[in-house]
Amino acid sequence: MVRDVAFGQYFPTKSVIHRLDPRAKILIFIAYIVIIFCTFNYAALAVTSAFALLFLALSKISPKFYFKSLKVIIFIVIFTSLLNLFYGSGDPLWQWGILSITWNGIHRAIFVTVRIICLILASSCLTFTTSPTELTDAIERLMKPLKVVHFPVHEVAMMMSLALRFVPTLLEETDKIMQAQKARGADLESGGLIKRVKALIPILIPLFVSAFRRAYDVATAMECRCYRGGAGRTRMKQIHMAKRDVFSFIAIALVIGGVIVCNILLTHVI
Amino acid sequence: MSCVLELKNISFVYGKGTPFEKRAVDNVSLGIERGELIGVIGHTGSGKSTLMQMLNGLMRPTEGQVFLDGKDIWEKPKKIREVRFKVGMVFQYPEYQLFEETVYKDIAFGAQNMGLAGDELDKAVRDAATFTDLKPALLDKSPFDLSGGEKRRAAIAGVIAMDPEVLVLDEPTAGLDPMGREVLLSQIVNYHKARQNTILLVSHTMEDIARVADRIIVMNKGKLAMFEPTKEVFRRGDELENYGLKVPQITRIMHDLRQKGIDVPEGVLTVDEAFSALLPLLKKEGKLW
Repeated sequence: MVRDVAFGQYFPTKSVIHRLDPRAKILIFIAYIVIIFCTFNYAALAVTSAFALLFLALSKISPKFYFKSLKVIIFIVIFTSLLNLFYGSGDPLWQWGILSITWNGIHRAIFVTVRIICLILASSCLTFTTSPTELTDAIERLMKPLKVVHFPVHEVAMMMSLALRFVPTLLEETDKIMQAQKARGADLESGGLIKRVKALIPILIPLFVSAFRRAYDVATAMECRCYRGGAGRTRMKQIHMAKRDVFSFIAIALVIGGVIVCNILLTHVI
Repeated sequence: MSCVLELKNISFVYGKGTPFEKRAVDNVSLGIERGELIGVIGHTGSGKSTLMQMLNGLMRPTEGQVFLDGKDIWEKPKKIREVRFKVGMVFQYPEYQLFEETVYKDIAFGAQNMGLAGDELDKAVRDAATFTDLKPALLDKSPFDLSGGEKRRAAIAGVIAMDPEVLVLDEPTAGLDPMGREVLLSQIVNYHKARQNTILLVSHTMEDIARVADRIIVMNKGKLAMFEPTKEVFRRGDELENYGLKVPQITRIMHDLRQKGIDVPEGVLTVDEAFSALLPLLKKEGKLW
């Protein structure tokens, strides 16, 4: 079922990573994505993967859930690494028709695999340890400078948090509607593509209707509580940078430094 | 004995093998006879809904078997759709499943999936609409333009149109006003009388169950706590209270009167019954002119 996907779920296990300022986590995450694609030799790759593993270990979340989130992308990983394997330049080690494997191709395949895995692990770590509210809160704060160009920061953040809030509700609703239509003999499991798409209509229409109904209800409820947008609004949970955030910034800075040093001192393999 | 539905040791476990494992239904065995109107009661989370969804193959029991007309419904999993036509299921708040352009088309959806067409289909739809008291003029309207009660009845008609042998109704009167409840309940009883089929009615309103049910299934924490004739179940009021349930108000009042030494019969289920029991008593004591 849709609900079994661990990717993007929040696990409130209260580790040091959970307590990090969500803004720090997002900034580190962005820096990490950039740096992981700037690794050109194995030493640099090792430094960046070690950093991801350190965060994973500190998050106190069972590796089982990380594996689960990796399972979702396993095909993408295999596909891209195969593509890279046959795409290298240099002397072929093995050849069959137009397909040839070179050392360069092997390196490329390893790099792309490790990079994607690190990317997924890091993003899982971010969503596993940060509640959707914290996440949108942090995004709102980080995007604040955009207000200068009249970008509706607060409204966008509010829309994001509302959307996230209704994901589980709508999943549950979909489940219920599917059961009800199945009880009326709707056939969702067989037939060709067109038949299957048509079979979705009895599910999608009630789902849209209920989504609109809920949207109206939420809007009314917000207006009843005098919601007037972001102006002059204070927060129940203030987010503050603490010592641990400084440490985590130092850690990512060290990783960036390490990767740069490795790239300069050692020969590039890709 | 011709059991239309028979459950043999069925259990349902959610999330088997995970830390969230939960036994929603635990080793339930029972037989429902053709033509019975069964009430199903139980506290929230007692496994009623899960049990009902196993009757028509929407959920597959983790253990045990479900027999419909003597045949195991999961014998051929590919044929499970046929079971769903024979055991009609009306979910809670069924009005949220309406989707067609017109009420007529929506009622026809299930019957059409069964393979009905032409005059047969038309008859099935119009009969179902008559049972649920939907005026012919309503049939051409969009289901989204109906009132709440009408939507509910249209959704129920959609299941009735499939002419199921067994009809399962999960809290059909929830969220309706007293008048709406009354009307819907009588429609269900009339339908039951006319078609002589088997009905399972899940409800939290004991008064409704007391009025219409022949026998009652009481669920508690996934187990079958009682399966007895209605009078018998409500006679055991103390036991019901242990399961977080209550007897109908009028039964409670009559029970209390009995405890006070007033000679009224036991197991009174409806206000009418209580009325005819109390009237002679009051006359005898000269408190009525």
